[in-house]
Amino acid sequence: MEVKTTITQKVNLNTSKKSYKKLNVTPYLFIAPHLFFFSIFLVIPTFYGIYLSFHQWDFFTEPVFVGFQNFADLLFNKDSLYYADFWNAFGNTVLFVALSVPPLIIIPLLVAIAVDTKTWGNNLFRTIFYTPSLFSIATVALIWIWMLDTNAGLVNYYINKLGFENIPWLTDLPWAWVSLVVMTIWWTMGYNMLLFLAGLQDIPQHLYEAAKIDGANAFQRFFHVTLPGLKGTMFFVVIMTTIASFNLFGQPYMATKGGPGQDTVTLLMYIQRIGFGGGSPDAGVASAMAIIMGIFLSLVSIVQFKIMNRKDKSVT
Amino acid sequence: MSIKTEVKKTKITSFIFLTILAIIWVTPMLWILSTAFKPESQAISWPIKWIPETFTTENFAAVLSNTNDAPILKWFANSLFIAVLHTIFILIIDSMAAFAYARLKFKGREVLFWTLMTTMMIPPVMNLIPTYSIVNKLGWIDTPWAMIIPGLGGVFGIFLLRQFFLNIPKELEEAAIIDGATTFQIYWKIILPLSKPALVVLALFTFMGNWNDFLWPLIATNSVEARTLPVGLAILQGTYNIQYAKMMAATVLSAIPVLILFLFTQRFFVKGISLSGIKG
Repeated sequence: MEVKTTITQKVNLNTSKKSYKKLNVTPYLFIAPHLFFFSIFLVIPTFYGIYLSFHQWDFFTEPVFVGFQNFADLLFNKDSLYYADFWNAFGNTVLFVALSVPPLIIIPLLVAIAVDTKTWGNNLFRTIFYTPSLFSIATVALIWIWMLDTNAGLVNYYINKLGFENIPWLTDLPWAWVSLVVMTIWWTMGYNMLLFLAGLQDIPQHLYEAAKIDGANAFQRFFHVTLPGLKGTMFFVVIMTTIASFNLFGQPYMATKGGPGQDTVTLLMYIQRIGFGGGSPDAGVASAMAIIMGIFLSLVSIVQFKIMNRKDKSVT
Repeated sequence: MSIKTEVKKTKITSFIFLTILAIIWVTPMLWILSTAFKPESQAISWPIKWIPETFTTENFAAVLSNTNDAPILKWFANSLFIAVLHTIFILIIDSMAAFAYARLKFKGREVLFWTLMTTMMIPPVMNLIPTYSIVNKLGWIDTPWAMIIPGLGGVFGIFLLRQFFLNIPKELEEAAIIDGATTFQIYWKIILPLSKPALVVLALFTFMGNWNDFLWPLIATNSVEARTLPVGLAILQGTYNIQYAKMMAATVLSAIPVLILFLFTQRFFVKGISLSGIKG
């Protein structure tokens, strides 16, 4: 009995000594500051958000547990305060994604290809197209609010000159959507263009020459050399642009105020209104909505990823 | 058709296409500039004049001297303080962590690093309300710290810098170890000086992202004095309502800082996009 204990003690002593020697604290000191903030502002909020989504809470009093009530109210409960507005915002957001993503891919792709021909002044062109994406959305929105003013705006001035009536760009449908899409294209096109330009640099020049020798015309070269060569970039740009369009907020917040009526209120705007829009905030419903939006967004990204992967296989 | 004439033809087509588009892109910028230098009454009158009939700087003077309900210089100072401090913190914290994940061996390194990377998939919207609540409990609502600190938990900078650090040859480090350098000296005197391009790119992207952020500062500040420049512009929209000349003067002012920054750092923007491992 006694002997046994001493042996175990000895062993313990050995391992502890060994691990003490082996455990170098320096690496942990290097990652500690980041891990500290990462825990407080990324890990905790993620779980805290899930917790809140099962509660009713006004930010001040004790949260009240309500189970799946918030989710049911938003998704299924037609009599709830939130059902109609949530689905309206959801529909508006999806509509904006559908309207904005195709031009936000096609235009920058064409511009990148044109700039890549090393035509005259291509550096100047690149700078011009990229400049708006340096601005904050507030700056961009103010610029376009003025451009699109119904009675004094520059756009309506020229439309007037062409013999048409003033268009209520920001206060009527479908114009409000046109305006929001135009604003967004003007703002972010240059960023996608730079991504495509970087992707184009990676396509080996000899592929084009081989295609030319085989008698491929410009269109055939575009579809059989350029597009397959941009596969990786295209993946990234499509998914990132879709996510960005889902997060539409500043443009309608400033330019249309969600109007006419509630017709351009997006999910993010509705979350902001419920959580912080004055009146009686409900952090629980807002959290539940954020989680629904987050999950939907992830699903869309996964589906896009799968589709683009499959397309790729059929090509090769 | 010879290849040479075909190349020329594509160049001409591209040039025409780009010129038309560039005119559309430049028009709004020139138009706000034109409006900002007009007296209020002339700004909204038709037929429009591209060159102001009466050239005036009164709009800028009016916007800058309003320290009451739209203190644009105060907002500018707030934004600058917040973005600079946030960027400095990110550079220090992320370079330290990236150094450890790229260059040091320790228990749990892989698990930790890939946990960090997975969190990049979490849509930021999901953290909006809980982060507000945490910042509120810390008493930081309506203070600069609300915009400076929470973003320090992000992982993009670590990802970017780690990629760069991994490509620095090991030999330098080994020689330094033989000479008796400490881990901190390797980080400070070898890795960091060799990573200047990556650090500049991270600094730029961090600064711009923080400077232009809109939704978070809108939520996290209440008082007029605590606003950042983008959120201030949203207030200013109400202050000057249909006084477009003043509104555009403010818009021009808000665009100048980023344009100046871009002028001096242009080459890094293009570099940054290829650096961020996007092309893989």
